[in-house]
Amino acid sequence: MSNHVFRPLIVVIGIVALILVARYFYVPKDFGTYERGYMYSWHRKGDEEFWRNFKIKYQGKEYCKDCHADKYASINKSPHRIINCENCHGPAIDHPSDTRPKLAIDKSREQCYRCHVKLAYPTSDRVKIKGFTDPEKHNPKMECVVCHNPHSPKLGGA
Amino acid sequence: MISRRKFLKYSLIGAAGMAVPAGMTIVQGGTPEEARNKGLRWVFLVDTHKCVGCGLCVKACKQENEIPYDANVSRTWVERYVLTKDGEIHADSPKAARDGFISPDIDEGHGHKKVIKPEDISKAFFVPKLCNQCENPPCVQVCPVGATYQAKDGVVLVDRTWCIGCGYCIMACPYGVRFFHPVYHTAEKCNFCYHRISAGMKPACVEACPFGARRIGNILDPNDPVTQVIENDRVAVLKEEYGTKPQVYYIGLSKEVK
Repeated sequence: MSNHVFRPLIVVIGIVALILVARYFYVPKDFGTYERGYMYSWHRKGDEEFWRNFKIKYQGKEYCKDCHADKYASINKSPHRIINCENCHGPAIDHPSDTRPKLAIDKSREQCYRCHVKLAYPTSDRVKIKGFTDPEKHNPKMECVVCHNPHSPKLGGA
Repeated sequence: MISRRKFLKYSLIGAAGMAVPAGMTIVQGGTPEEARNKGLRWVFLVDTHKCVGCGLCVKACKQENEIPYDANVSRTWVERYVLTKDGEIHADSPKAARDGFISPDIDEGHGHKKVIKPEDISKAFFVPKLCNQCENPPCVQVCPVGATYQAKDGVVLVDRTWCIGCGYCIMACPYGVRFFHPVYHTAEKCNFCYHRISAGMKPACVEACPFGARRIGNILDPNDPVTQVIENDRVAVLKEEYGTKPQVYYIGLSKEVK
Protein backbone atom coordinates (compact mmCIF):
# COMPACT_ATOMS: atom_id res chain seq x y z
CA MET A 1 0.00 0.00 0.00
CA SER A 2 1.21 3.52 -0.71
CA ASN A 3 2.44 6.27 1.64
CA HIS A 4 -0.67 8.44 1.38
CA VAL A 5 -2.56 5.77 3.33
CA PHE A 6 0.08 4.99 5.95
CA ARG A 7 1.10 8.58 6.85
CA PRO A 8 -2.34 9.76 8.07
CA LEU A 9 -2.80 6.41 9.81
CA ILE A 10 0.40 6.97 11.80
CA VAL A 11 -0.80 10.47 12.73
CA VAL A 12 -4.13 9.08 13.96
CA ILE A 13 -2.43 6.32 15.97
CA GLY A 14 -0.10 8.96 17.44
CA ILE A 15 -3.02 11.15 18.55
CA VAL A 16 -4.80 8.19 20.14
CA ALA A 17 -1.61 7.17 21.96
CA LEU A 18 -1.13 10.75 23.17
CA ILE A 19 -4.68 10.85 24.55
CA LEU A 20 -4.19 7.52 26.32
CA VAL A 21 -0.93 8.69 27.89
CA ALA A 22 -2.53 12.00 29.00
CA ARG A 23 -5.51 10.09 30.43
CA TYR A 24 -3.17 7.79 32.36
CA PHE A 25 -1.62 10.76 34.18
CA TYR A 26 -4.79 12.88 34.48
CA VAL A 27 -7.30 10.38 35.88
CA PRO A 28 -6.70 9.73 39.60
CA LYS A 29 -5.56 6.23 40.55
CA ASP A 30 -8.61 5.68 42.80
CA PHE A 31 -11.04 6.37 39.95
CA GLY A 32 -12.94 3.22 39.10
CA THR A 33 -16.02 1.08 39.51
CA TYR A 34 -17.08 0.36 43.08
CA GLU A 35 -19.89 -1.30 45.09
CA ARG A 36 -22.91 -0.32 42.94
CA GLY A 37 -21.25 -1.20 39.65
CA TYR A 38 -20.43 0.84 36.56
CA MET A 39 -23.88 2.42 36.25
CA TYR A 40 -24.12 3.85 39.77
CA SER A 41 -20.68 3.96 41.34
CA TRP A 42 -18.11 4.77 38.69
CA HIS A 43 -16.26 7.48 40.58
CA ARG A 44 -13.22 8.77 42.45
CA LYS A 45 -13.19 6.88 45.75
CA GLY A 46 -11.37 9.70 47.56
CA ASP A 47 -14.38 11.99 47.17
CA GLU A 48 -16.32 9.92 49.73
CA GLU A 49 -13.62 10.94 52.22
CA PHE A 50 -14.09 14.60 51.26
CA TRP A 51 -17.77 14.46 52.20
CA ARG A 52 -17.13 12.49 55.38
CA ASN A 53 -14.63 15.13 56.51
CA PHE A 54 -16.92 18.08 55.77
CA LYS A 55 -17.06 20.51 58.71
CA ILE A 56 -19.85 19.91 61.25
CA LYS A 57 -21.50 23.16 62.38
CA TYR A 58 -24.65 22.22 64.28
CA GLN A 59 -23.52 20.45 67.45
CA GLY A 60 -26.90 19.69 69.04
CA LYS A 61 -28.46 20.50 72.39
CA GLU A 62 -26.23 18.23 74.47
CA TYR A 63 -23.14 20.16 73.34
CA CYS A 64 -24.41 23.25 75.24
CA LYS A 65 -25.52 21.39 78.38
CA ASP A 66 -22.35 21.43 80.48
CA CYS A 67 -21.42 25.12 80.30
CA HIS A 68 -24.97 26.52 80.08
CA ALA A 69 -26.58 24.15 82.57
CA ASP A 70 -28.96 26.83 83.92
CA LYS A 71 -30.31 27.70 80.45
CA TYR A 72 -30.54 24.03 79.55
CA ALA A 73 -32.55 23.32 82.69
CA SER A 74 -34.88 26.30 82.28
CA ILE A 75 -35.83 25.61 78.66
CA ASN A 76 -36.44 21.95 79.46
CA LYS A 77 -39.23 23.02 81.82
CA SER A 78 -41.01 25.02 79.13
CA PRO A 79 -42.98 24.03 76.01
CA HIS A 80 -39.99 25.36 74.05
CA ARG A 81 -37.92 22.35 75.15
CA ILE A 82 -38.46 20.84 71.69
CA ILE A 83 -36.52 23.70 70.09
CA ASN A 84 -32.81 23.17 69.66
CA CYS A 85 -30.52 25.88 71.13
CA GLU A 86 -28.86 26.46 67.77
CA ASN A 87 -32.16 27.24 66.05
CA CYS A 88 -32.02 30.70 67.66
CA HIS A 89 -28.42 30.98 68.82
CA GLY A 90 -26.95 29.89 65.48
CA PRO A 91 -24.61 26.98 64.77
CA ALA A 92 -22.07 26.45 67.56
CA ILE A 93 -19.32 25.22 65.19
CA ASP A 94 -16.27 25.27 67.54
CA HIS A 95 -17.68 27.73 70.09
CA PRO A 96 -16.17 28.77 72.45
CA SER A 97 -12.68 27.71 71.32
CA ASP A 98 -13.02 29.44 67.94
CA THR A 99 -12.84 33.18 67.47
CA ARG A 100 -16.44 33.72 68.58
CA PRO A 101 -16.73 33.86 72.37
CA LYS A 102 -20.40 34.82 71.92
CA LEU A 103 -22.87 33.54 69.37
CA ALA A 104 -25.20 35.87 67.44
CA ILE A 105 -28.75 35.32 68.72
CA ASP A 106 -31.72 35.67 66.39
CA LYS A 107 -34.16 37.74 68.47
CA SER A 108 -36.24 38.95 65.53
CA ARG A 109 -40.04 38.88 65.58
CA GLU A 110 -39.84 36.84 62.38
CA GLN A 111 -38.06 34.06 64.25
CA CYS A 112 -41.12 33.71 66.52
CA TYR A 113 -43.52 34.11 63.59
CA ARG A 114 -42.21 30.85 62.09
CA CYS A 115 -44.56 29.03 64.46
CA HIS A 116 -46.65 31.72 66.13
CA VAL A 117 -48.46 33.23 63.14
CA LYS A 118 -51.86 31.60 63.16
CA LEU A 119 -52.51 29.55 60.05
CA ALA A 120 -55.90 27.88 60.21
CA TYR A 121 -54.87 24.70 58.39
CA PRO A 122 -57.20 21.92 59.51
CA THR A 123 -54.98 19.06 58.33
CA SER A 124 -51.68 20.28 59.78
CA ASP A 125 -50.39 20.44 63.36
CA ARG A 126 -49.73 24.14 62.75
CA VAL A 127 -53.30 24.92 63.79
CA LYS A 128 -52.61 23.55 67.29
CA ILE A 129 -49.92 26.15 68.04
CA LYS A 130 -50.96 29.34 69.83
CA GLY A 131 -50.52 32.26 67.51
CA PHE A 132 -51.58 35.60 66.12
CA THR A 133 -53.83 36.06 63.11
CA ASP A 134 -52.45 39.57 62.73
CA PRO A 135 -49.15 39.73 64.67
CA GLU A 136 -48.37 43.30 63.65
CA LYS A 137 -51.17 44.56 65.91
CA HIS A 138 -49.56 43.16 69.07
CA ASN A 139 -46.85 45.61 70.26
CA PRO A 140 -45.65 46.28 66.71
CA LYS A 141 -41.92 46.58 65.97
CA MET A 142 -41.00 45.43 69.49
CA GLU A 143 -38.90 42.31 69.95
CA CYS A 144 -41.03 39.55 71.45
CA VAL A 145 -38.19 38.72 73.87
CA VAL A 146 -38.66 42.08 75.64
CA CYS A 147 -41.68 40.60 77.44
CA HIS A 148 -41.49 36.87 76.70
CA ASN A 149 -38.46 34.90 77.83
CA PRO A 150 -37.97 32.35 75.04
CA HIS A 151 -36.67 29.83 77.58
CA SER A 152 -39.86 30.22 79.60
CA PRO A 153 -42.31 31.93 77.28
CA LYS A 154 -45.37 32.34 79.48
CA LEU A 155 -45.54 35.80 81.07
CA GLY A 156 -44.54 35.71 84.72
CA GLY A 157 -42.33 32.65 84.24
CA ALA A 158 -42.96 28.91 83.89
CA MET B 1 -6.63 -31.81 9.53
CA ILE B 2 -9.02 -31.74 12.50
CA SER B 3 -11.33 -34.72 12.89
CA ARG B 4 -15.06 -34.33 13.35
CA ARG B 5 -14.82 -35.86 16.86
CA LYS B 6 -12.12 -33.40 17.98
CA PHE B 7 -13.98 -30.44 16.45
CA LEU B 8 -17.16 -31.25 18.40
CA LYS B 9 -15.18 -31.89 21.62
CA TYR B 10 -13.29 -28.58 21.49
CA SER B 11 -16.44 -26.68 20.53
CA LEU B 12 -18.23 -27.99 23.63
CA ILE B 13 -15.27 -27.17 25.92
CA GLY B 14 -15.04 -23.72 24.41
CA ALA B 15 -18.76 -23.01 24.87
CA ALA B 16 -18.62 -24.26 28.47
CA GLY B 17 -15.57 -22.07 29.12
CA MET B 18 -17.36 -18.99 27.83
CA ALA B 19 -20.35 -19.73 30.05
CA VAL B 20 -18.23 -19.70 33.26
CA PRO B 21 -17.69 -15.92 33.58
CA ALA B 22 -21.36 -15.26 32.72
CA GLY B 23 -22.42 -17.65 35.47
CA MET B 24 -20.02 -16.04 37.93
CA THR B 25 -21.52 -12.60 37.44
CA ILE B 26 -24.95 -14.00 38.27
CA VAL B 27 -23.59 -15.57 41.46
CA GLN B 28 -21.66 -12.45 42.47
CA GLY B 29 -24.39 -10.00 41.51
CA GLY B 30 -27.28 -10.37 43.92
CA THR B 31 -29.34 -7.42 45.03
CA PRO B 32 -27.61 -4.17 45.99
CA GLU B 33 -28.75 -4.75 49.58
CA GLU B 34 -26.90 -8.07 49.77
CA ALA B 35 -23.80 -6.55 48.30
CA ARG B 36 -23.54 -4.02 51.11
CA ASN B 37 -21.36 -5.82 53.59
CA LYS B 38 -21.97 -3.40 56.48
CA GLY B 39 -25.74 -3.78 56.32
CA LEU B 40 -26.29 -0.03 56.15
CA ARG B 41 -28.73 1.73 53.83
CA TRP B 42 -29.83 5.24 54.82
CA VAL B 43 -33.49 6.13 54.40
CA PHE B 44 -35.55 9.13 55.45
CA LEU B 45 -39.01 9.38 56.96
CA VAL B 46 -41.16 12.53 56.83
CA ASP B 47 -44.38 12.94 58.81
CA THR B 48 -46.35 15.63 56.97
CA HIS B 49 -48.93 15.85 59.79
CA LYS B 50 -46.24 17.04 62.22
CA CYS B 51 -44.69 19.64 59.90
CA VAL B 52 -45.86 23.16 60.78
CA GLY B 53 -43.84 24.97 58.11
CA CYS B 54 -41.46 26.76 60.50
CA GLY B 55 -38.58 26.34 58.06
CA LEU B 56 -35.97 25.81 60.79
CA CYS B 57 -34.82 22.74 58.84
CA VAL B 58 -34.04 24.86 55.78
CA LYS B 59 -32.24 27.48 57.89
CA ALA B 60 -30.10 24.79 59.52
CA CYS B 61 -29.42 22.96 56.24
CA LYS B 62 -28.18 26.07 54.46
CA GLN B 63 -25.78 26.95 57.25
CA GLU B 64 -24.58 23.40 57.86
CA ASN B 65 -23.89 22.72 54.21
CA GLU B 66 -22.49 26.15 53.26
CA ILE B 67 -25.19 27.04 50.77
CA PRO B 68 -25.14 30.87 50.39
CA TYR B 69 -27.93 32.02 52.70
CA ASP B 70 -29.52 34.59 50.43
CA ALA B 71 -29.16 32.68 47.16
CA ASN B 72 -32.49 31.26 46.05
CA VAL B 73 -31.27 27.65 46.07
CA SER B 74 -31.47 25.07 48.81
CA ARG B 75 -30.75 21.39 49.38
CA THR B 76 -34.05 21.02 51.20
CA TRP B 77 -37.24 23.03 51.17
CA VAL B 78 -40.79 22.97 52.49
CA GLU B 79 -43.85 23.22 50.24
CA ARG B 80 -47.21 24.49 51.36
CA TYR B 81 -50.38 23.10 49.78
CA VAL B 82 -53.66 24.90 50.28
CA LEU B 83 -56.67 23.18 48.69
CA THR B 84 -59.79 25.27 48.44
CA LYS B 85 -63.40 24.07 48.30
CA ASP B 86 -63.69 25.07 44.62
CA GLY B 87 -61.14 22.35 43.79
CA GLU B 88 -58.17 24.68 43.23
CA ILE B 89 -54.69 23.67 44.41
CA HIS B 90 -52.47 26.48 45.66
CA ALA B 91 -48.84 25.66 46.40
CA ASP B 92 -45.83 27.77 47.28
CA SER B 93 -42.40 27.65 48.89
CA PRO B 94 -41.15 31.24 49.27
CA LYS B 95 -37.33 31.31 49.57
CA ALA B 96 -37.50 27.51 49.95
CA ALA B 97 -39.33 28.26 53.25
CA ARG B 98 -36.03 29.40 54.77
CA ASP B 99 -37.97 31.92 56.89
CA GLY B 100 -40.99 29.68 57.37
CA PHE B 101 -44.57 30.50 56.40
CA ILE B 102 -45.48 33.67 58.25
CA SER B 103 -48.45 34.74 56.16
CA PRO B 104 -51.63 32.94 55.09
CA ASP B 105 -51.26 34.48 51.61
CA ILE B 106 -49.91 32.24 48.86
CA ASP B 107 -46.76 33.49 47.15
CA GLU B 108 -47.41 33.28 43.39
CA GLY B 109 -44.03 34.76 42.44
CA HIS B 110 -43.17 38.10 40.83
CA GLY B 111 -44.55 39.84 43.93
CA HIS B 112 -48.08 38.47 43.47
CA LYS B 113 -49.95 37.26 46.53
CA LYS B 114 -53.06 35.10 46.51
CA VAL B 115 -55.35 35.82 49.44
CA ILE B 116 -57.36 32.81 50.58
CA LYS B 117 -60.13 33.12 53.14
CA PRO B 118 -59.85 30.55 55.97
CA GLU B 119 -63.45 29.40 55.38
CA ASP B 120 -62.63 28.48 51.76
CA ILE B 121 -59.88 26.03 52.75
CA SER B 122 -60.72 22.35 52.52
CA LYS B 123 -57.23 20.95 53.18
CA ALA B 124 -53.91 22.59 53.90
CA PHE B 125 -50.60 21.07 54.86
CA PHE B 126 -46.81 21.30 54.56
CA VAL B 127 -44.52 18.88 52.75
CA PRO B 128 -40.76 18.94 53.37
CA LYS B 129 -38.72 17.92 50.34
CA LEU B 130 -35.15 16.70 50.03
CA CYS B 131 -33.08 14.30 47.93
CA ASN B 132 -34.69 10.85 47.76
CA GLN B 133 -31.30 9.04 47.51
CA CYS B 134 -32.97 6.78 44.95
CA GLU B 135 -32.02 3.14 44.68
CA ASN B 136 -31.88 3.69 40.89
CA PRO B 137 -30.72 7.32 40.69
CA PRO B 138 -31.30 8.70 37.16
CA CYS B 139 -29.02 11.66 37.96
CA VAL B 140 -26.09 9.26 38.37
CA GLN B 141 -26.84 7.36 35.17
CA VAL B 142 -26.63 10.48 33.03
CA CYS B 143 -23.37 11.88 34.42
CA PRO B 144 -20.89 11.67 31.53
CA VAL B 145 -17.75 11.96 33.68
CA GLY B 146 -18.48 9.91 36.81
CA ALA B 147 -18.70 12.97 39.05
CA THR B 148 -21.86 11.85 40.80
CA TYR B 149 -22.22 8.39 42.26
CA GLN B 150 -23.95 6.28 44.84
CA ALA B 151 -21.98 5.30 47.92
CA LYS B 152 -22.26 1.82 49.45
CA ASP B 153 -24.80 3.07 52.01
CA GLY B 154 -27.12 4.39 49.30
CA VAL B 155 -26.33 8.11 49.54
CA VAL B 156 -25.77 9.87 46.21
CA LEU B 157 -22.80 12.24 46.33
CA VAL B 158 -21.28 14.81 43.95
CA ASP B 159 -17.52 15.10 43.37
CA ARG B 160 -16.91 18.86 43.15
CA THR B 161 -13.42 18.46 41.70
CA TRP B 162 -14.65 16.18 38.93
CA CYS B 163 -18.00 17.83 37.99
CA ILE B 164 -17.79 19.71 34.68
CA GLY B 165 -21.06 21.58 35.25
CA CYS B 166 -22.92 20.20 32.22
CA GLY B 167 -26.21 20.13 34.14
CA TYR B 168 -27.46 16.77 32.79
CA CYS B 169 -28.11 15.51 36.33
CA ILE B 170 -30.16 18.60 37.15
CA MET B 171 -32.39 17.84 34.16
CA ALA B 172 -32.54 14.11 34.93
CA CYS B 173 -33.75 14.37 38.53
CA PRO B 174 -37.56 13.95 38.54
CA TYR B 175 -37.74 15.57 41.97
CA GLY B 176 -35.88 18.78 41.12
CA VAL B 177 -33.53 18.48 44.08
CA ARG B 178 -30.35 19.37 42.18
CA PHE B 179 -29.02 22.83 41.43
CA PHE B 180 -25.74 24.58 40.70
CA HIS B 181 -23.80 25.72 43.74
CA PRO B 182 -23.51 29.50 43.41
CA VAL B 183 -19.87 29.48 44.56
CA TYR B 184 -18.39 26.28 43.12
CA HIS B 185 -20.55 26.19 39.94
CA THR B 186 -20.86 22.42 40.26
CA ALA B 187 -23.96 20.27 40.77
CA GLU B 188 -25.20 20.36 44.34
CA LYS B 189 -27.74 18.29 46.25
CA CYS B 190 -28.81 17.00 49.64
CA ASN B 191 -26.67 14.10 50.85
CA PHE B 192 -28.48 13.46 54.16
CA CYS B 193 -25.59 15.48 55.75
CA TYR B 194 -23.15 12.69 54.90
CA HIS B 195 -20.50 14.14 57.23
CA ARG B 196 -22.92 14.06 60.16
CA ILE B 197 -24.49 10.61 59.61
CA SER B 198 -21.03 9.13 59.04
CA ALA B 199 -20.01 10.54 62.45
CA GLY B 200 -23.04 9.08 64.23
CA MET B 201 -25.01 12.35 64.28
CA LYS B 202 -28.37 13.19 62.74
CA PRO B 203 -28.68 15.40 59.64
CA ALA B 204 -28.91 19.12 60.46
CA CYS B 205 -32.56 19.31 59.35
CA VAL B 206 -33.52 16.39 61.60
CA GLU B 207 -31.65 17.98 64.51
CA ALA B 208 -33.33 21.35 63.88
CA CYS B 209 -36.92 20.11 63.51
CA PRO B 210 -38.69 20.79 66.83
CA PHE B 211 -41.67 18.58 65.94
CA GLY B 212 -40.03 15.33 64.91
CA ALA B 213 -41.41 15.61 61.38
CA ARG B 214 -38.08 14.49 59.90
CA ARG B 215 -36.31 11.27 60.82
CA ILE B 216 -33.44 9.22 59.43
CA GLY B 217 -32.84 5.51 59.74
CA ASN B 218 -31.18 2.39 58.41
CA ILE B 219 -33.61 0.24 56.39
CA LEU B 220 -31.35 -2.81 56.78
CA ASP B 221 -31.68 -2.74 60.57
CA PRO B 222 -35.02 -4.36 61.47
CA ASN B 223 -34.89 -2.84 64.99
CA ASP B 224 -34.53 0.72 63.74
CA PRO B 225 -37.70 2.66 64.71
CA VAL B 226 -37.78 4.30 61.27
CA THR B 227 -37.57 0.90 59.56
CA GLN B 228 -40.42 -0.35 61.71
CA VAL B 229 -42.63 2.58 60.70
CA ILE B 230 -41.81 2.08 57.01
CA GLU B 231 -42.50 -1.65 57.20
CA ASN B 232 -45.59 -1.59 59.42
CA ASP B 233 -47.27 1.76 58.85
CA ARG B 234 -48.88 3.35 55.79
CA VAL B 235 -46.19 5.26 53.95
CA ALA B 236 -45.82 6.57 50.41
CA VAL B 237 -43.03 7.80 48.17
CA LEU B 238 -42.97 10.51 45.53
CA LYS B 239 -43.31 9.68 41.81
CA GLU B 240 -43.08 5.92 42.27
CA GLU B 241 -44.04 5.44 38.60
CA TYR B 242 -40.62 6.72 37.48
CA GLY B 243 -39.00 3.52 38.77
CA THR B 244 -36.30 5.39 40.64
CA LYS B 245 -37.12 3.64 43.94
CA PRO B 246 -36.94 6.78 46.09
CA GLN B 247 -35.87 6.24 49.71
CA VAL B 248 -37.60 9.19 51.37
CA TYR B 249 -40.84 7.85 52.82
CA TYR B 250 -43.80 10.07 53.67
CA ILE B 251 -46.57 9.65 56.21
CA GLY B 252 -49.76 11.46 55.23
CA LEU B 253 -48.85 12.17 51.62
CA SER B 254 -51.73 13.53 49.53
CA LYS B 255 -52.31 12.97 45.80
CA GLU B 256 -51.90 16.69 45.09
CA VAL B 257 -48.23 16.53 46.09
CA LYS B 258 -45.97 16.06 43.08
